[in-house]
Amino acid sequence: MTATQERPADVQAEIGRDRRRKEDQRLITGRTRWTDNLQLNGMLHLAMVRSPFPHATITNIETSAAKDTTNVVAVLTGKDFGEELGVCINAWPITPDQKTPAHSPMPADRVAFAGEIVAVVVARTAAEARDAAELVEVDYEELPAALELKAAAAADENGGAIAHPDLGTNKSALWVFDSGEAGTGGDVEEAIASARTDGIVIEREYRQQRLIPAFMEPRSVVVDPTGEQLTMWSATQIPHILRFALAATTGVPESKIRVIAPDVGGGFGGKLQATPEEWITWAVARRLGKPVKYTETRSESLISAHHGRDQWQKLTLAAQKDGTVTGLKVELLADLGAYVALVGGGVPVLGAFMFNSIYKFPAYHFACQTVLTNKTWTDAYRGAGRPEATFAIERIMDELAVEVGVDPLEVREKNWIKHEEFPFTTVAGLEYDTGNYEAATERAKEMFGYDDLRAEQKRRREANDPVQLGIGISTFTEMCGLAPSRVLGSLDYGAGGWESATIRMLATGKVEVVTGSSAHGQGHETAWSQIVADRLGVAFEDIEVLHGDTQVSAKGLDTYGSRSLTVGGEALVRAADKVIEKARPVAAHMLEASVDDLEFTGGRFSVRGTDQGVAIGEIATAVFAAHDLPDGMEPSLDSEATYDPVNFSFPHGTHLCAIEVDTETGALKIRKYVCCDDIGTIINPLIVAGQIHGGLVQGIAQALWEEAVYDENGTLVSGSFVDYLLPTAADTINFDIDHTTSPSTTNTLGTKGVGEAGTIASTPAVVNAVVDAIRHFGVTDIQMPCTPERVWKAVNGGTHGGTEDTEGAAMPHFDEAEPGNSSTEGAGA
Amino acid sequence: MTRISLTVDGEKVSDDIEARMLLVQYLREKVGKTGTVIGCDTSNCGACTVHLNGQSVKSCNVLAVQADGGEVATIEGLATNGELHPVQTAFRECHGLQCGFCTPGMIMQSIDLLANNPHPTEEEVRVGLEGNLCRCTGYHNIVRAVMYAAEHGSSDSVQSEGASA
Repeated sequence: MTATQERPADVQAEIGRDRRRKEDQRLITGRTRWTDNLQLNGMLHLAMVRSPFPHATITNIETSAAKDTTNVVAVLTGKDFGEELGVCINAWPITPDQKTPAHSPMPADRVAFAGEIVAVVVARTAAEARDAAELVEVDYEELPAALELKAAAAADENGGAIAHPDLGTNKSALWVFDSGEAGTGGDVEEAIASARTDGIVIEREYRQQRLIPAFMEPRSVVVDPTGEQLTMWSATQIPHILRFALAATTGVPESKIRVIAPDVGGGFGGKLQATPEEWITWAVARRLGKPVKYTETRSESLISAHHGRDQWQKLTLAAQKDGTVTGLKVELLADLGAYVALVGGGVPVLGAFMFNSIYKFPAYHFACQTVLTNKTWTDAYRGAGRPEATFAIERIMDELAVEVGVDPLEVREKNWIKHEEFPFTTVAGLEYDTGNYEAATERAKEMFGYDDLRAEQKRRREANDPVQLGIGISTFTEMCGLAPSRVLGSLDYGAGGWESATIRMLATGKVEVVTGSSAHGQGHETAWSQIVADRLGVAFEDIEVLHGDTQVSAKGLDTYGSRSLTVGGEALVRAADKVIEKARPVAAHMLEASVDDLEFTGGRFSVRGTDQGVAIGEIATAVFAAHDLPDGMEPSLDSEATYDPVNFSFPHGTHLCAIEVDTETGALKIRKYVCCDDIGTIINPLIVAGQIHGGLVQGIAQALWEEAVYDENGTLVSGSFVDYLLPTAADTINFDIDHTTSPSTTNTLGTKGVGEAGTIASTPAVVNAVVDAIRHFGVTDIQMPCTPERVWKAVNGGTHGGTEDTEGAAMPHFDEAEPGNSSTEGAGA
Repeated sequence: MTRISLTVDGEKVSDDIEARMLLVQYLREKVGKTGTVIGCDTSNCGACTVHLNGQSVKSCNVLAVQADGGEVATIEGLATNGELHPVQTAFRECHGLQCGFCTPGMIMQSIDLLANNPHPTEEEVRVGLEGNLCRCTGYHNIVRAVMYAAEHGSSDSVQSEGASA
């Protein structure tokens, strides 16, 4: 009955091997379990009635016509629910005096953004629920809406609209870090003053446009209240956090709640949320005692699932005349939208430690004002705070290079931490464990053909070629692997940052690995199998990875912030090591040898100097039988480990982008993109490449295509995939990627995070390339997304061109303009 | 209610349905073909792509009644006797999927693309997949997978799939 697990010592190590993914078999054959696939007996379906106004008082909701419809079971409003509805929580109040508006999943009296839910219709089919939702009549009294970020931030002074009148202000929290006060560096004001008299001061303001995570699987939730436990299936990144939050806010004991994240179709931070839709579905199921399902449409997803980014960033950089940086001051405005979301204001705070990036700033000051507006709430989107920081610092380092008159790589190298200086404590107070910026940059330059492309750029410029070439650089680092619990505690985050793993040695010699991470496309089933296969010396195929169900994986803090491998992977290693230590005395007993004479290699305990040995699978079988174990030994090899990281993880890399800009039309063409990332030890190069590729395109999309745009009425006009411009295969190119490796010293395997690296790095590389191509026209910045229109205006308007806000009007899908009339707009910009 | 009869993945099915029912809703809700998924409501994303009478269609853009008397092939019918279709193999081999939500549509569209153009250039693959959105892969490995299938998959099996659907 025992499948052999013995692995010869000379077989290829699993770590570093490009294993094809275990997940793929079910995904490529359609044998999938998306939440929306679920059908339960007697299941009812929900449709939401949403506010079309960004800010309004609800004066009446007439539900009788909807209720009278055949097969409609109930129509419920905020008034129909009391405390049983619970509340949507903010887990990270960033300051003690943060203004946090009350957030009901379904407010009874006032809506704060267009798309907010005011009623729910319950019917026997989804189609019937949607039909009846059209019959719910809601009367609103419109209130003035706070929409534009800067205007909302200034409402205290200018008497503008207040997003939540009861708070009396739109300013939610001001979070400040100052290196002088923290003792991690000098006084930035002194550095700036000194540079003003005898050095270089560069002041810039950058816009982080609002983005939408736009995971491919729309959110879906099923709640089954029958049976002893209430079960929720949800398309979520965070089943464990959801379980805790449901218990904390709806009064159901945690032990009575089971949350399952089945196959989940992408998240990118967008499914790191405790959503009104989940809470309403939960409440309806409990109220009616029947299983219920809600699946959003894509349009609902775009208006109501949380958005990301949306900041104004003011930077003041001080440097000596030779380009040596002396200080950096960062002032942010961050748009929270209508509510302070689960992580909410914590997103820009995650960026607070990253503006100084890889550079040795002696003085640093960061201040972020979070602002409430009557727009969709914002929260984590791939990178969460770190792409914003990386963008701003990498853009302004290019400006410094221009000011000094040197190649942008030169000014970076002058200021970056040298490889022999690690570990390095930064001005923001973090200790970077390892890195080698010189090596990654050298390799990237070589792959890129940097000198040749610079020569071509020069030729085109001298020839006044209508198509100009720009070269963009991003030498990024980031902090991920969230996170040491003590650090999170010091930042007032509401939970810890540990991760859990359990290894169960089955009687047949197979191995079950239970992880608290919750994959939604990352390939944990494959990578975790590789780690355990190497550690225990069992076959890759004999390992089953279980996750995403709180009844199977009882402990966990889920997947976000590039944490699963650096934190969850280390938990896995520690659990495996415990299994080996439990097996050791059994092996000694079976081999009639002393524990001290045993060595464990390739999945086998052997007696040193003999050919006697026993495989760990055989030990598992013997422990299961328990007929002849050492006296007093517990008959189990199963082991659990919970690991709290001692530090963040600091991947880094050098990204180089070449873009051709047609100066006559503003059209852009990505000619080449190369990157060399240092993400420490690589478990599976195939999966890593996929993470990089996908990350790159999301970052490039911010630079060139995507933006959530509101009109003056507070309506999201990019509210469908017709208007929100996700890149297609035809818009993108192949990437040249490579790696240098400085193993992390803070975990056993030497791994760093990779999930967000591509997104964090690529945006500034692209925008730097665009600006570099047309800088000789006097262009110093182009607001993202760098559309052909903005680029053309920048070329034709010089320094002041190309920075206007995107107009809040839907793009016409068909050109109805009279011939000859279409070119007037924008020509004079 | 309208009665329709059609073949789905080689099996005959017949149901009374509302005339407004979309083919994708019919496949998921009536036939239980949940391998085919819905990713948007504006026919932009292509996640619901299936083959109708040998040609790829976005099944959110076809009424179920329009498929009456027709032959529908979905992702679930591609593998025969446990053997993967060459394009399925190529997606796995080249890591052309991550979360896998776009994958059924992406594979069905890729098969159609290769049936029409067995040896496409990279540019032709990119343009041919323009109607299918993916948020995970950056398309790099999807394009590689289609090129791989063109190179390694027997074009016979790629082309015959549509006919046998």
